[in-house]
Amino acid sequence: MAVRRDPQHGYLGGVCAGFAARVGIDPLLIRIGFIAAVALGGVAIPLYALAWVLIPAEGPERPSVQRLLTRSDTWLVAAGMGCLTAAGLLLLRAWDVWFVDDRFLWPAVIAATGGALIWRQSQTAPERVAERARLPRQTVNRATAGAALVVGGALIFLYVNDALAPARDVVLPVLVILVAVAIILAPWWIRLVRGLADERDARIRSQERAEVAAHLHDSVLQTLALVQKRADDPREVAALARRQERELRAWLNNTRPSGEVTLASALEAAAAEVEADHHVPIDVVTVGDGPLDERAAALVAAAREALVNASKFAGPEPISLYAEVADDRAEVFVRDRGPGFAVDDVPSDRRGVRDSIVGRMERHGGRATVHSTPGHGTEVELVIEP
Amino acid sequence: MTTVVIVDDHSLFRAGVRAELDGLVDVIGDASTVEEAVACVVALEPDVVLLDVHMPGGGGLEVLRQVAEKRPAQRFLALSVSDAPEDVIAIIRAGARGYVTKTISGEELADAVRRISDGDAVFSPRLAGFVLDAFAAGSAPVEVDDELEQLTTREREVLRHIARGYLYKEIAARLNISTKTVEAHVSAVLRKLQLSSRHELSRWAVQRRLVD
Repeated sequence: MAVRRDPQHGYLGGVCAGFAARVGIDPLLIRIGFIAAVALGGVAIPLYALAWVLIPAEGPERPSVQRLLTRSDTWLVAAGMGCLTAAGLLLLRAWDVWFVDDRFLWPAVIAATGGALIWRQSQTAPERVAERARLPRQTVNRATAGAALVVGGALIFLYVNDALAPARDVVLPVLVILVAVAIILAPWWIRLVRGLADERDARIRSQERAEVAAHLHDSVLQTLALVQKRADDPREVAALARRQERELRAWLNNTRPSGEVTLASALEAAAAEVEADHHVPIDVVTVGDGPLDERAAALVAAAREALVNASKFAGPEPISLYAEVADDRAEVFVRDRGPGFAVDDVPSDRRGVRDSIVGRMERHGGRATVHSTPGHGTEVELVIEP
Repeated sequence: MTTVVIVDDHSLFRAGVRAELDGLVDVIGDASTVEEAVACVVALEPDVVLLDVHMPGGGGLEVLRQVAEKRPAQRFLALSVSDAPEDVIAIIRAGARGYVTKTISGEELADAVRRISDGDAVFSPRLAGFVLDAFAAGSAPVEVDDELEQLTTREREVLRHIARGYLYKEIAARLNISTKTVEAHVSAVLRKLQLSSRHELSRWAVQRRLVD
């Protein structure tokens, strides 16, 4: 377990309280130790401040420095970092701690500002890059501006300290030669880059085509072959067609990130299985989605049971499964258009519905209700509330 | 009998729909391209156009747009194999008065055509789900001053029942209102979808990466 600040039980930043909680002793002892350390020498105070800034507080909050670095208003953060650097250096000068004159101060402030820009960008960029195919222009702008500030700061520092003069004698000829070479080689280079890009595009296209072909071959063609063989069994053919349709749709829409199992996708998978096992069409409509935690899994299991039940009584009409998930509340309705029954007339020794649907839901803090009227089908309502 | 024009780029499918609807409604023409469809609909003036969403040359959306210029009162029923929410919502927003999937039975389709012809809106369970989803995307506490931006509790309740597979008359019985009132609620939802600025809808589209 990591050390966490505990501001709710502390007087200042909760650092002592946090350490006490970690070690498991009374915070008072740590505080006495801290005050003793202050009395012996002042070093405990900056240490405390450092811990305040760097150690995250109790709960999901991140350390202050990290929060500052990942804020969205990058420019403000950079400007703030510049001001902080200036303030720090001026303070050092005022205390005569370290000789800091203007020739060092301003380049350092500029470089710190640029550094903050680049830092901030590198902290947030990866997620954005993963989301989009290319870098957003804003990211490039900020990174460029940051780099320019850092390099500028370094150059100013060298210049005001007269360290540039010898460098200039070396850099100028090299620069001139580089420009000349660039002018000569540019056309070839541009053509090369363009050619590479074209080749890459063509490769991506052919890969995509191959992937589509492979998928169609594995799925649609296989199913069509099966349909031809089973042409004499219409029920089987219809079931095959529906399963294939479902798979192809899932593949075409690709609405959910792969690997992530959510409540809605689990319900859809359960419906697909019941449909395949019992040869009844099931229309699934979902609104919203949520994570598949323990309670949601119980809901899916109960819904599956309700679907299996419904499949025994449903007529030719499809079974409807409707799920709505919003703000921790999940509702599922399973409806068939079978003969229906009078709920009160069911003998109390029939355990199927009671245990696997009603009981399961109640064990997980939800509820299940069966609505049925003879002649109007049956609907099972499953609810999980926060 | 209600007159219908079928617009679909697959001739086999057009023939199939024609056969299924035979005797239930009067199919007076069909078309396989956008230009053909526009010319055909303007010339024949059917009660209802059965419109495929996915067609070359702009698809059903383009047909809707061009016909609306010449014949604003024309009624459309979208009939599609696609159930991608963006396709469906787009065609409804463009003015189609209903959406059904191609696996619908002939009788149900004829019934839907008649209802559209009578001025009613036709929401399949799946469409109701999409609409609820679209409006639910804005359920976070946002300042919403335009009443078009929200569904009323009753409209939401009616949509949920449609999504659960209930027929209009069953919904009316369950909610203790008349079938006409159910129809009115559904039409109101349709109007909101078609008229409202829908900043929730656009945010929903952004979430699904439909818009950059």
